[in-house]
Amino acid sequence: MRPSRKLAGLAAVAALSLVALAVAASVGPSALGVGDLLAVITGGGDPNGRAILIDVRLARVLLAGLVGASLSAAGCAYQAVLRNPLADPYILGISGGAALGAVAFDAFAPRAILVATTGRPAAALAGALATLLILFGLTRFRGRTETTALLLTGVVLNAFDSAVIQFFVSAGDPARFQGTLSYLMGAMSSPSWAVLATVGALTAIGLAVLTAQSGTLNLLALGDEEAAQLGVGVERATWVAVLAASLVTAAAVAFTGIVGFVGLIVPHAMRRLFGADHRVLVPASAIAGAAMVMLADAAARTLFAPTELPVGVVTAMVGGPFFLVLLIRRLRES
Amino acid sequence: MSGAALAFENVGFSYGKLPIVTGLSFSIAEGSVVGVLGPNGAGKTTLVRLASAALTPSRGRIAVFGDDLGSLASKARARRIAVVPQETHPVFEFTVEEIVRMGRAPHLGFLGIEGPRDAAVALEAMESCEVAHLRTRPFRALSGGERQRVTLARALTQEPRLLLLDEPTAFLDLKHRVAVYGLLGKLHRERGLTVVIVSHDINLAARHCDRLALLRDGAIVIDGTPAEVLRPEPIRSVYDVEVDIGLDPSSGRPFVIPRGVA
Repeated sequence: MRPSRKLAGLAAVAALSLVALAVAASVGPSALGVGDLLAVITGGGDPNGRAILIDVRLARVLLAGLVGASLSAAGCAYQAVLRNPLADPYILGISGGAALGAVAFDAFAPRAILVATTGRPAAALAGALATLLILFGLTRFRGRTETTALLLTGVVLNAFDSAVIQFFVSAGDPARFQGTLSYLMGAMSSPSWAVLATVGALTAIGLAVLTAQSGTLNLLALGDEEAAQLGVGVERATWVAVLAASLVTAAAVAFTGIVGFVGLIVPHAMRRLFGADHRVLVPASAIAGAAMVMLADAAARTLFAPTELPVGVVTAMVGGPFFLVLLIRRLRES
Repeated sequence: MSGAALAFENVGFSYGKLPIVTGLSFSIAEGSVVGVLGPNGAGKTTLVRLASAALTPSRGRIAVFGDDLGSLASKARARRIAVVPQETHPVFEFTVEEIVRMGRAPHLGFLGIEGPRDAAVALEAMESCEVAHLRTRPFRALSGGERQRVTLARALTQEPRLLLLDEPTAFLDLKHRVAVYGLLGKLHRERGLTVVIVSHDINLAARHCDRLALLRDGAIVIDGTPAEVLRPEPIRSVYDVEVDIGLDPSSGRPFVIPRGVA
């Protein structure tokens, strides 16, 4: 694809994401449509509607967008570094590790710092990094990562993480763990502006690093030896990429829990549209991923209203079968 | 060791406790075309990987154009040395042009933004390797020979001074084998490119290389002009094969006809 056509394609994906944002912000229990949304954006509208749209809906939709952008860009990075298109923050167990970190923070942090918005993402990052070290230690032999070993390790890590989380919830102080179980399947809620700003800042840093490194991701995807022969300092570049990917994963998980399969579906679809070049793939996946989770959350809020589904239930019901199809295709290839 | 494109000084390398290369010393003059021959497991691929810093020697020193290989930054190294590996298996659907353009990576700045010259160098490399017509095709859909020519084009896109090829013609048919050697000769004549070819094809190497080195068990058995190296005794001692040696009247180079296992 010509560079100009790729740019046009990116612009189209971005436009569709804006539409997704408008749709997601327009649906909900109060009948406030796109018209009200436009009125609020242009500074008008009725004050009550304004409060609901901005503080309740828009904050939540933006958080969903940040989560989707993070998980999709992280998926691209893990896939390139591990040279495996099935890698995804959830499937690898990185999201689970981040969730465990956040829940452990809830369990052990003194009440005084429990309310601080930076503590949870920091603990989630620690959990994600611990998982990453285990994953690399167990599966990355001489620069190769076997699909079976990778998936098996992810399954075990996920099972372990959710067991420990359930242990905390069952044995711990009930006052500290309200709603933690739904955290295992993605508990989206309307965040405070402080939470939104924290997640936004961490996501922005991580996405900036991944975008700057996207050319290097192309080379790493060829394998360590070829990347080195093409001038990449492989060890350092690998760590920069996985640290940035883990940072955005931790930011996504810290306040919303585990939203699975987004980092698998979105990069795969974007690769179909734009090809394998990560310089386009990473930004395209971030934008489309934002749209996907905004819409998934809108569906989770409205499909069975007034009951809300965890957003991770929606993404997993789409992503699970999708993953199986990819896995079967991959097993047939080899 | 100035004037040498590549110099090994008493280089040793082991995989764990298994020694692969023991005390390897040689020097390749800038602007020469050298063929490295030897049976399977002789250490030929290890030599290429050591020379491209994919492996770090357990002892000894490797210098490229006078500088210690280990002290060169990754990008600076990749601007001097390019490698054509035996095979490459990208896991994603990169197009031919994307693969070739990756050869510009060591010339790009921090953000990796390409300019018009980068595109021009890549295009010229694709044209000289006869793969320009494939440039929008997915690399993984190509035949083995086409892939080999694409990786050669990527290596040329690096604009290296030293080109290392690990059995570049292993998957090629006769026509493309001859074409690759012809192209290497042309690059050597026109740009003064130093070329090191690891090969199983003794006769093509004899015809196109200034110098041949016979490797066995990680050490050089004999090293010299094709006429000096391609004699029955050294070949028997390296390959365990009895051969007849002929002389190609058009090039004046020797050629080898295997007769039987020694």
